Amino acid sequence: MPREFTPQVITANALIEGDVVYFTTQDTWSRALSDADILTDEADAALRLLIAEARHHEVVGVYLTAMKPTPEGPVPVHFREEFRRTGPSNHFHGKQADSATRA
Amino acid sequence: MYTYTEFDKAFVAERNRQFRAQVERRIDGSLTEDEFKPLRLMNGLYLQLHAYMLRVAIPYGTLNSAQMRQLAMIAERWDKGYGHFTTRQNIQFNWPNLANVPDILEALAEVEMHCIQTSGNTIRNVTADHFAGAAADEVADPRPVAELIRQWSTDHPEFQFLPRKFKVGVTGSPNDRAVTAAHDIGLRIVERDGEIGYQVLVGGGLGRTPMIGKVLADFLPEADLLPYIEAVVGVWNLLGRRDNKFKARIKITVHEHGIDDIRARVEKQFAAIKPSFKGVDQQMLADIRAQFAPPEFITASEAPYNQARQHDPVFRSWADTNLSEHRAPGYAIVSISLKAHGATPGDASAQQMRLMADLAERYGHDELRISHEQNVILPYVHKSHVPSVFAALRATGLGTANIGLISDIIACPGMDYCALATARSIPIAQQIATRFDELKLEHEIGEMKIKISGCINACGHHHVGHIGILGLDRAGVESYQITLGGDHREDARLGDRTGPGFSADEIVPAIERIIHAYLDLRLDASETFLAAYQRLGLAPFKAALYEIEAQAYAAE
Repeated sequence: MPREFTPQVITANALIEGDVVYFTTQDTWSRALSDADILTDEADAALRLLIAEARHHEVVGVYLTAMKPTPEGPVPVHFREEFRRTGPSNHFHGKQADSATRA
Repeated sequence: MYTYTEFDKAFVAERNRQFRAQVERRIDGSLTEDEFKPLRLMNGLYLQLHAYMLRVAIPYGTLNSAQMRQLAMIAERWDKGYGHFTTRQNIQFNWPNLANVPDILEALAEVEMHCIQTSGNTIRNVTADHFAGAAADEVADPRPVAELIRQWSTDHPEFQFLPRKFKVGVTGSPNDRAVTAAHDIGLRIVERDGEIGYQVLVGGGLGRTPMIGKVLADFLPEADLLPYIEAVVGVWNLLGRRDNKFKARIKITVHEHGIDDIRARVEKQFAAIKPSFKGVDQQMLADIRAQFAPPEFITASEAPYNQARQHDPVFRSWADTNLSEHRAPGYAIVSISLKAHGATPGDASAQQMRLMADLAERYGHDELRISHEQNVILPYVHKSHVPSVFAALRATGLGTANIGLISDIIACPGMDYCALATARSIPIAQQIATRFDELKLEHEIGEMKIKISGCINACGHHHVGHIGILGLDRAGVESYQITLGGDHREDARLGDRTGPGFSADEIVPAIERIIHAYLDLRLDASETFLAAYQRLGLAPFKAALYEIEAQAYAAE
């Protein structure tokens, strides 16, 4: 039996701002984790990672990270990714502030 | 203070011009990240969790008011209105945009600052005692030699691709405030029969494999210092383990070869290169030293200070903790706490930076220092001005009376910012400071150094904290390991690990149990935590720390 593949998304940091971004089904980068393409097949994930890595003029440090799919969209499995999608806990900066501005 | 020569200015301008072109080529797609990364790191630009981070060197922690004001300007114009002072006396901006970094570097160059060699496998910013030039206990000011080493190491062609990073710290006082024993090279200025010389420690460092530096040379004449250091770095450059990043620091080289073998190799190399040092370095050192001449101290009545002490208990409490003895009569060293209870250790807003710059200019002979403990120092304040300084500090949230106390915590940025971190540090520091402020115990506890790192790289110096806290990732959960009895001073000692770690919710109560055990166990209020620990050892503190768990286990 092959081991079960944990669903993943592709993430990176934007080249100019350094902000956390996620790779979408349309091959674009989004600031919101809810827009991320959830990859449930290992071979597909490897291929999508190669496509994303080729976009090195837009982003830095592309990698796959585990997510739990929920009706509201992917939720990080690891707390590091939770901080990346939120921002620091000592200042109301980063994504939490950006989404507050958008709202 | 050292002022740039035309050579220095041209060098920094040329590096900035090069980096501007490199950034442009990265943005237009001509450079890949693999090509660009070593170039940005050479200029102190990291990529962290949420954004880029720019690390600005503050050589030996010394700044003037114009430089501090420029840091405030940069924080407001290109960042989010604040900066973070680090345990290596640098400042970090957490939110720069890549396209703006060349402009930031130019703004820094306007006030003779840069980010060169604040990253990468090079000789990093040379750190020194933050009371340098002002401390009553000082043999000699360590900054001239720190500046000499900075100039020698900057763009040194032999040392741009070292096995790993290399850190030098210098103290001019027998009371080591510069943590020299935890540096790749630690220098201690000593006086013997009227002659100034240097005790050279090598192979100290914290991180994954913490080691206390070993004495390589007990007394080195000043004229031998630079060739000797060059010999040390040269020997390690060839011997260092480039095959394994985790074994590449000089501490491992010293550990594997033994201090006697390293000493023999260094002395051989020193003998070979010493003749090529024809005294230019000594001439440069003399010129640099002239620029670090003490300020023209004033003579004035200390009555305003004495009156404030007598009539204002808030002032007296602050003066008791935040002032240190000065070498000049009538003067005091003022430590400004960047550790207001609940604040982020080491953070200063642009407004606070400007206020500190104004105070330095008006009352402090235009000098400021950054301490490795993440506070700001006004090294030269006449006591007659101290009440005015305190009033201004207090009005800007900088009047916290806690230097050396339990809330004066060192904390690395941790997982709130750092890409290497395995857990958060800042919220733990905030919670401990807030808790002990609520308990109103911190003055009762007295001298206490808590140091927190968010990963084993130990930027928060946890190994040498009286209480050290190390944040780890244990199966996807933040976990905090405690060490006790560490000491960063001249008789530096690594703390002892207590046992299993604590979750983020459990760590503050755990620290509280240690503190209550200390208060119960100490002989009297004059016995510090560290002294009590040295007398009693780990056992009673460990018992108190794990008491609740043991009780729960017994009840099952």
